[in-house]
Amino acid sequence: MLRIDCPCCGPRDHDEFRYGGDASVIRPALDDADFEAWYRYVFVRKNPAGLHREHWQHVLGCRQWLIVERDTRNHAITSVALARRPPTKKPPAKKSPPRKSPQ
Amino acid sequence: MSSNPKRLAEGGRIDRGRPLEFSFDGSKLTGFQGDTLASALLANGVSLVGRSFKYHRPRGIFSAGAEEPNALVTLGTGGRREPNLPATMLELADGMVAESQNRWPSLAFDVQSLNSLFAPFLSAGFYYKTFMGPTRRAWMFYEHFIRKAAGLGKAAMEPDPDRYEVRHAFADVAIVGGGPAGLSAARAAASAGARVALIEQDFRFGGQLLSERPGSEAAAWLQAVEAELEGFGNVRLMARTTAVGLYDGKVLGLVERRDDARAAGQARQVFTILRAGAIVFASGAIERPLVFSNNDRPGVMLASAVRAYLNRFAVLPGRKAVVATSNDGAWRTAFDLAASGARVTVADLRATLAPALQTEASRLGIAVHAGTHIADLRGGRAVKAARLAGAGAETEIDCDLVCVSGGWSPTVHLTSQLGVKPVYREDIDGFVPGPFAAGQFGAGSAVGGYSTAEAIETGHRAGIEAAAYCGKMKPVPAALQLQSAELAATAFRNVPRARGKAFVDFQMDVTTGDIELAHREGYESVEHLKRYTTLGMGTDQGKTSNFPALSAMAALRGATIPETGTTTFRPPYTPVAIGALAGRAVRHHFRPIRRTPIHDWHVANGADMLEVGLWMRPYFYRGAGRDVNEAYVAEMRFVREAAGLMDISTLGKIDIQGPDAAMLLDRVYANGFARLPVGRARYGVMLRDDGIVFDDGTTTRLGEHRFFMTTSTAKAADVMSRLEFQLDTAWPDLRVAVTSVTDEWAAMSVAGPRSRQVLAAAFPALDLSNEALPHMGFTEGEFDGRALRIIRLSYSGERAYEVYVGASAGEAAWRRLVEVGEPFGLRPYGVEALGALRVEKGHVAGPEIDGRTTLDDLGLGHMVGKRSGFVGDVLRRRPALCDPNRQRLVGMKCVEAGTRLSGGAILFKPGETRQGHGRGRITSVTYSPSLGAYVGLALLAGDVATGEEVVAVHRMKNEAVRARVVSPVFLDPEGERLHG
Repeated sequence: MLRIDCPCCGPRDHDEFRYGGDASVIRPALDDADFEAWYRYVFVRKNPAGLHREHWQHVLGCRQWLIVERDTRNHAITSVALARRPPTKKPPAKKSPPRKSPQ
Repeated sequence: MSSNPKRLAEGGRIDRGRPLEFSFDGSKLTGFQGDTLASALLANGVSLVGRSFKYHRPRGIFSAGAEEPNALVTLGTGGRREPNLPATMLELADGMVAESQNRWPSLAFDVQSLNSLFAPFLSAGFYYKTFMGPTRRAWMFYEHFIRKAAGLGKAAMEPDPDRYEVRHAFADVAIVGGGPAGLSAARAAASAGARVALIEQDFRFGGQLLSERPGSEAAAWLQAVEAELEGFGNVRLMARTTAVGLYDGKVLGLVERRDDARAAGQARQVFTILRAGAIVFASGAIERPLVFSNNDRPGVMLASAVRAYLNRFAVLPGRKAVVATSNDGAWRTAFDLAASGARVTVADLRATLAPALQTEASRLGIAVHAGTHIADLRGGRAVKAARLAGAGAETEIDCDLVCVSGGWSPTVHLTSQLGVKPVYREDIDGFVPGPFAAGQFGAGSAVGGYSTAEAIETGHRAGIEAAAYCGKMKPVPAALQLQSAELAATAFRNVPRARGKAFVDFQMDVTTGDIELAHREGYESVEHLKRYTTLGMGTDQGKTSNFPALSAMAALRGATIPETGTTTFRPPYTPVAIGALAGRAVRHHFRPIRRTPIHDWHVANGADMLEVGLWMRPYFYRGAGRDVNEAYVAEMRFVREAAGLMDISTLGKIDIQGPDAAMLLDRVYANGFARLPVGRARYGVMLRDDGIVFDDGTTTRLGEHRFFMTTSTAKAADVMSRLEFQLDTAWPDLRVAVTSVTDEWAAMSVAGPRSRQVLAAAFPALDLSNEALPHMGFTEGEFDGRALRIIRLSYSGERAYEVYVGASAGEAAWRRLVEVGEPFGLRPYGVEALGALRVEKGHVAGPEIDGRTTLDDLGLGHMVGKRSGFVGDVLRRRPALCDPNRQRLVGMKCVEAGTRLSGGAILFKPGETRQGHGRGRITSVTYSPSLGAYVGLALLAGDVATGEEVVAVHRMKNEAVRARVVSPVFLDPEGERLHG
């Protein structure tokens, strides 16, 4: 059984949650009429053996939608975050320290 | 003591002051508190305990633990009858009733033991090769007889009268195995401050230490550590508990046997789902048998098991023993047997033996044969003599007990269950657990540390590490040392030498000959070998046979052990009663039931209740007719001619609030909601992202920033979850809160030409005139101090109102409506009539919104018009979804009088071959009292036009009915009944 460390409720059994699909796909804007973009969002999945970003909802708890990073090879969960506030991977550019080496 | 002829006069961990009576195959026998069924049987001199699976060969007790392949018994009678239990794992209890299995008419004389004479034919794959034939016909005929002859015990046919429980538990450190390694780990982890669960399948802690004589140094160590563990407040000692499964997230499945608690009305078995912070695997090792001709005769036992029976249970299973071994460990059994007065001969496969062993052997008068193996055994129902072969001439030695040891196999089952393959270690010639995941640790012989001192030391370290993994790092006192005069188990591969039948898997009756056959026929991979010969597929899951089998295959292939590999280990480690997994989730507790606030009234007033998902809903009321067909038609008439009352509390209800609430609705519904005026309701349809219809319902604007949404009963949870998903992930900027209020409101629909009069009488304070409350209007008030909402909506096509009232006042409001409605002819109606009324009106529901249909398919495209910017808008324009020949919603009417339509009928054009999926299908049907005929809704290909005739074919009912394609709205197409 997966144990998902809900940011609101703490570690809970996965049967309190509802799986909600791949969280790595990018949902087009509502007014985006690009058929290909919607097609990719709904139907195209990479499904690698390894780390997946997944949507899970804590339906029998806080009801928050979460983004869970799970390795499909061993079910190890490396991170759980609220979907509503995705973790900002980089600090805003103006606050970042100057790079020491050029890239 | 005369009743226990093989019991020693003293010693053992049994309570001689507490004799226990039990029966085996009807004989009354006695044992003592502290015995297992197996030890008590041996003490009573019972050596034959069962017949084998395929050849019906006589079998005796082979082991003293969970690995037992032979001594399977059936326990109990009637509904408590439980088959295939290893006698070695059963704690003896007063009044225990045990029976042997797989024999007829009796254990001593078994008719099917003749199978042994036909053994040359009964090789691996025999049944399939012989009875399958080119068609399955032969197999179908013979299968019944074959299945009857094979197999183990019989299950009970009566319901199980006992109770079972499922428990949820937590621990910092879970330790699997209560031997020296596990005990040492528990002591260390508990000292470090961790909450510890120590899990032991035996009813006593100690593992191999229990086989040491009471009074020995090892026994003193065990006593000291046990006392210390009992003194800790943070150690849970779980004896009689087997860890049967390891699951993701460091979760263990444990089965606890508590037969003694049954008398007190408590659960007989408890399945515990243990969530641990860290796990220490100290599950020990299982001794390997030796493979030689007739090695399955009663009297052949694992050397370690004999030592357990001797020292733990004070049973001397035989007085003339041959100890056949490939390692030093089994010599301890020889020494202890000799010290107990048995005449002992040791046959060691190794040519060179340690001088210390030989010195001790000669002191005890033990005859030693180095470089010698057992070639064959003589004896049928009990072993009589062993033929030893070695460098010199063959010798035959009289014996009544043969102790075998082919080395040890670490118990890697649990650690392998998550797909981590065990790893071969050459120095111990065995498999140890593969690399541990974070938070998992191993100790003792489970990871190949075969001496007691090593088990204690590795256990201690693992305990400290596991506790530290959970953040518990208090200082830990040094491990309690135990200096036992131990003989390490060094490995020497036993190569099977067989002239007759030499068994590898005792339970499944697989011999070296079967493995050779599998090899000849190309089933070389261990997974193929397993499936072809059924090796390891018994209730013991091949605990003793796995290594001997794969080493035999490796030898045949000329491959190494790692090249040959092992099979996959899956849960459970030992068999688990289904009842234990179910716990209390049986009968009506199997799944929850949802009842509406008006449920009790329905039941008390003759409603026939129907399960709809988890909900219980009135199907029809018996007052309206004798059966459903009579009742629903009568109920439809009340609605069309006077007034009907329907419980619609099951609808999903969602409260939507916030400045952007209208914008949310405008996006999730395909039709627009932004301009819905306050105090008005609107029917809405939602699409999925892929453009297929998701659900329909109505939403009422209660205020500028507040809406009340209803969904279908079936999709309530999905719609709620979807709204939350969109707000959390797609549009986090929208200032909207959505709350499920399904259970907060009781809801009822009052429908029919007299519905307004009924409502006016029930709620006189409200203005319900057509002007104040037109069709799709909303008003609110109070009933009994609770909020009351009335929305004028119609599903049936009649003038109708949906009445929402606080759930606790639901039944009172219903009663009020029934009471004041009676003079107007109001009657309650059920879901069958509800469904029929909507079919007459051409409203779509679940059978049409089936996850494959689009707005246009359902005739709802006009609701959207040229609108865009809603969920599903882009992908609903996919070419295949716009094909004019797609199946679309139509009405169906019988052409010939006296015929009826059936839901699910396939539609064909007249004269067309009636094959395949046809042009469409009938989704919903009803008898229409208004039209005096059966009508239906169908999804029908676009090239069959309205007015054309089709044939509705229902193969299972053997029906072919002529029907005409008509408009799906059978009644009041202008909607005049709704207004006014």
